[in-house]
Amino acid sequence: MTLPVNAAGFLVTDLVKAIVAQRDHLSEIDGAIGDGDHGVNMAKGFNLCAQALGSPTPGLKESFGILGNTLMAGIGGSMGPLYGTFFNEMADSLDGATELDATAFGRMIRAGLDGVLDIGGAKPGDKTLLDTLVPAVEAFEAATSAGKPYRTALNDMTEAARKGRDSTVAMIAKVGRASRLGERSRGVLDAGSASCCIILETMAASVASKLN
Amino acid sequence: MNRIFNDPDRMVEDAVSGYVKAHRDLVSATANPRVIKVNSAPKAGKVGVVTGGGSGHEPAFLGYVGEGMVDAVAIGEIFSSPTAQAFHDAFKACDGGAGIACLYGNYAGDNMNVKMAIKMAAKEGITVKTVVANDDVASAPKDELAKRRGVAGEILMWKVGAARAAEGGSLDEVIAAAQKAIDNTRSIGIGLSPCTLVAVGHPNFQIKDGEMEVGIGHHGEPGVSVMKTKPAAEMADMMVDYVLPDLPFAAGDKVAVLLSGLGATPVMELYILYDRIADLLGQKKIEIKHNFVGNYFTSLEMMGATLTVMRLDDELDRLLARPARSIGLVK
Repeated sequence: MTLPVNAAGFLVTDLVKAIVAQRDHLSEIDGAIGDGDHGVNMAKGFNLCAQALGSPTPGLKESFGILGNTLMAGIGGSMGPLYGTFFNEMADSLDGATELDATAFGRMIRAGLDGVLDIGGAKPGDKTLLDTLVPAVEAFEAATSAGKPYRTALNDMTEAARKGRDSTVAMIAKVGRASRLGERSRGVLDAGSASCCIILETMAASVASKLN
Repeated sequence: MNRIFNDPDRMVEDAVSGYVKAHRDLVSATANPRVIKVNSAPKAGKVGVVTGGGSGHEPAFLGYVGEGMVDAVAIGEIFSSPTAQAFHDAFKACDGGAGIACLYGNYAGDNMNVKMAIKMAAKEGITVKTVVANDDVASAPKDELAKRRGVAGEILMWKVGAARAAEGGSLDEVIAAAQKAIDNTRSIGIGLSPCTLVAVGHPNFQIKDGEMEVGIGHHGEPGVSVMKTKPAAEMADMMVDYVLPDLPFAAGDKVAVLLSGLGATPVMELYILYDRIADLLGQKKIEIKHNFVGNYFTSLEMMGATLTVMRLDDELDRLLARPARSIGLVK
């Protein structure tokens, strides 16, 4: 199989569809311990991106760059800079890459994670999107270094992302607005970890659909 | 819910548009619809003073743009940080070549967006320094000052920083004055009813009828205790008892006092509260040199009030007294 980077912009249009479809679900999760606008803001940002992408969809590097910049400029809050950085760093990691093979994909999600760690100042266990992202990236890396096929590594990533998302239920929020709730933040999902899971699941499924 | 709006997702745009029309003698729109500036900005050689924050706190943040006050403001969604782009555009809107003092409140989103905006500005040769307000005593213990939220004390920080800039102070002098202002400021809020974002349609937290929450944050962040609503004099006693020992303030101190409603409190009731606060400080031999009572920093239609006290030295006293003209504050 080959998946040229400059023909993989569909990943971003798939992400737009997935986030927009989950708008109300994400807002509902956020309503429990946040201000209930996570889905609204994410859908707004991803819709802005869809308009900016135009047609035909540019290559993956350009498309991730457009997504990162529209989130950064369009939605503010905490999610604008966090996801804006995530997608911009992934775009930058594709410099010089022609194929979105397992090596390029692994390098890409690692770059995205490093960007989020740098800007956000949170760590795993704080009940944030990192509780999804960190185990997912590590699972993909572990699978590829164990010599597992690309598709299996993507499956491992998705599974780790879901487990990570679900692990936030038992956590007390340590950063962001929900952290003010202390013990009251326990017992519900973190909205950022839920949206991050949707993003990773969608990326894995979109890439896997092109693998034979 | 019984509120005034057109499209719940466009309330900020519509409100900012109305604000600029209402106050065009003082402020103007910019190319970024989420940034407004004082008409006279940028002024060559003057430090630009910028703030920014979520909407729903009016007159904060945009109401403090004015002469002798903040030069430009970045405006976010309701209760949500402005974008990095908005902060960056606010820096540019008042860049007179002497640097930018970005004075804002300690919230995760604002911290990230300001950090990114500073990186963007650095690429264009604009120097930005920050002071992060953390005056809310209820939001974290005293040994974790860096975790405390910024609340209505931000207004006094803006006033002081902006006055120093208007005097011709350098960027470092403006930052030092604003930092001193917030370091000497403490606040506490009491909430008596929750607030509702129109786009959400129901309150995201609850305060029972007949109860009050001491230490509540500007977005309904939980306070330090919930109890049956007390008479105004007892509320005043509690607020003073939280604020004064934290700095601590002492007999002989000269202070500024700011008592703000949270949006739904009748102004009359603020004066009932202030009556007692003024007496209490008098009994403790603390001299009130500047006072502000009204709706200075609100949380949509929350019922309740925030008490802010700042200890003055000669510089802070002088800077607070300096003339200023903004919609939120006039001196």
